[in-house]
Amino acid sequence: MSPGHYLALSAILFTIGGVGVLVRRNAIVVFMCVELMLNACNLAFVSFSRMHGNLDGQIIAFFVMVVAAAEVVVGLAIIMTIFRTRRSSSVDDANLLKY
Amino acid sequence: MSMSLVAASLAAAPSGGEKLPAPHIEYGQLAPMLIVFGAAVAGVLVEAFVGRRTRYYVQVPLAAVGLVAGFAWTIALAARDKPFHAAAMGAIGVDGPTLFVQGTILVLALVSLLLIAERQQGHFTAQAAALPGTEAEQEAEQLATAAGITQTEVFPLMMFAVGGMLMFPASNDLLTMFVALEIMSLPLYLLCGLARRRRLLSQEAAVKYFLLGAFSSAFFLYGTALLYGYAGSVRLSDIADQLSKDAGSETLMLAGLALLSVGLLFKIGAVPFHMWKPDVYQGAPTPITALMASCTLVAAFGALMRVYYVGFETLKWDWRPFMWGVAILTMVAGAVIAITQTDLKRLLAYSSVAHAGFLLTGMIAVTRDGLAGTLFYLVAYGFTTVGAFAVITMVRDAGGEAAHLSRWAGLGKRSPVVAGVFAFFLLAFAGIPLTSGFTGKFAVFKAAVEGHATPLVVVGVLSSAVAAFFYVRVIVVMFFSEPEADGPTVVAGPATAAAVALGVTATVVLGVLPQPMLDLAGHAATQMFVR
Repeated sequence: MSPGHYLALSAILFTIGGVGVLVRRNAIVVFMCVELMLNACNLAFVSFSRMHGNLDGQIIAFFVMVVAAAEVVVGLAIIMTIFRTRRSSSVDDANLLKY
Repeated sequence: MSMSLVAASLAAAPSGGEKLPAPHIEYGQLAPMLIVFGAAVAGVLVEAFVGRRTRYYVQVPLAAVGLVAGFAWTIALAARDKPFHAAAMGAIGVDGPTLFVQGTILVLALVSLLLIAERQQGHFTAQAAALPGTEAEQEAEQLATAAGITQTEVFPLMMFAVGGMLMFPASNDLLTMFVALEIMSLPLYLLCGLARRRRLLSQEAAVKYFLLGAFSSAFFLYGTALLYGYAGSVRLSDIADQLSKDAGSETLMLAGLALLSVGLLFKIGAVPFHMWKPDVYQGAPTPITALMASCTLVAAFGALMRVYYVGFETLKWDWRPFMWGVAILTMVAGAVIAITQTDLKRLLAYSSVAHAGFLLTGMIAVTRDGLAGTLFYLVAYGFTTVGAFAVITMVRDAGGEAAHLSRWAGLGKRSPVVAGVFAFFLLAFAGIPLTSGFTGKFAVFKAAVEGHATPLVVVGVLSSAVAAFFYVRVIVVMFFSEPEADGPTVVAGPATAAAVALGVTATVVLGVLPQPMLDLAGHAATQMFVR
């Protein structure tokens, strides 16, 4: 397979993630979709790295993994507190702030 | 930071023995950031090893000393005669506009620190993990009150956020910028959920900010990936070189720029990426709102200008029409939606959206005057907005802050000084002459006219007029309606009063005697951003 195929796959994954954030209701699933988008970025970085023949992209992928891990820590903590308060992790139920 | 170097040596290194060359880091030039991060890390250690009763008295001076020392070092860097250049193997740009932005962030963070450290009003929950309305929460609350303990983990979180804000506008490559964006945002997501009263609103604000923020940074990152594919490097100067060579895939470049812009415009809260702003500003503890409304906006604008001025200056004829549209939408939508708001924090959030639009008009000019005007506007708006949120923390009733507009009815008769100060801030937002708001608007609109963006200025002036309507409406409610019998009282702690006084002073001085600050901004802008 040429790197182009991997790029197409990364675009598809990114789109699935983006659509998932918009249509899913569970905060955890929404968050998983964001993680899918970050992983799509990693795939794109690594494929471009292969195409350009330099290693920048592969090193960037490591940075992105670390950042994504930190994001998981903070995100799950926030989602946990609101779940314990409301007994629900649906983003539709969080509707006190509006207009 | 020295990615390309490491990569090159990895690629070139034979199988054994050869050492990796150490990257060259100019610690002196990075010192403001390092000091703030150092204070944040020390703050974490204080949380772990210092007793509960004394923590507050260690954390507040530590944070204040970190910010002041960072500011002093920034001034020292700016005063040098040496020409500026990019530090840390080109990853961090240390130049006039960046130092100006960093200095502004540090001063505004210091003023916000006054609000955060205010003990009299207890803005932060005693135990964020306790369920709202349960016995565990009441118990933690009572214990903390009885023992005179204040929540202190906000201070290291705030310092991490400020450190990220300093790094964000200085990042000269997109990976550093992404990391800085996350360092800045992650602590802010947590801080949003720490309000002591109205816990549900606060938690909801944290969830919304987190999900939308993570969504937007994923866009930023995919944009970075596409630009890496276009230029073979994430360095802004390499992207600019590739653009001037007119080589590579234009599709990748345009798609990358568009996705990158989504991430950046989200952070400044430009329409159509503004939806988080009112919810988060309303739900977050008000001192944190003040920090976000001032420092985060300044940092995000610095980063936005660096990306467009350094990376994509040669492409300005292509991105300008797009930015025109965003600026017009932002100004009009911010001003029009604010009219219907009844909550003061929400109203100020929409006003902040409109101000982001005014700032964009200055940024679109891509001239030294435009840059200088935008820098001045950021200082002026930052001080006014911190002061305005400080006043909101002072007007309270039994349930905490009385932020609903109807509760402010007749405040002018009850506490004329507080109402007068708030009215003054509102007039500054509206851009009445002799306030800093007028000077700032004049500076950016003048630059926009000289940059042939007159229609933009017409829209700007019209939406200023619309905005003036709802600012004046608040003033009318405060001064010309009868006070309620059980209306809110004004509780002014010394630190909050000091923050308000600083806000008023800056708003008056920058309005009456703006020349020194305009000169400083102009001087900072003479060299533009380094590559």
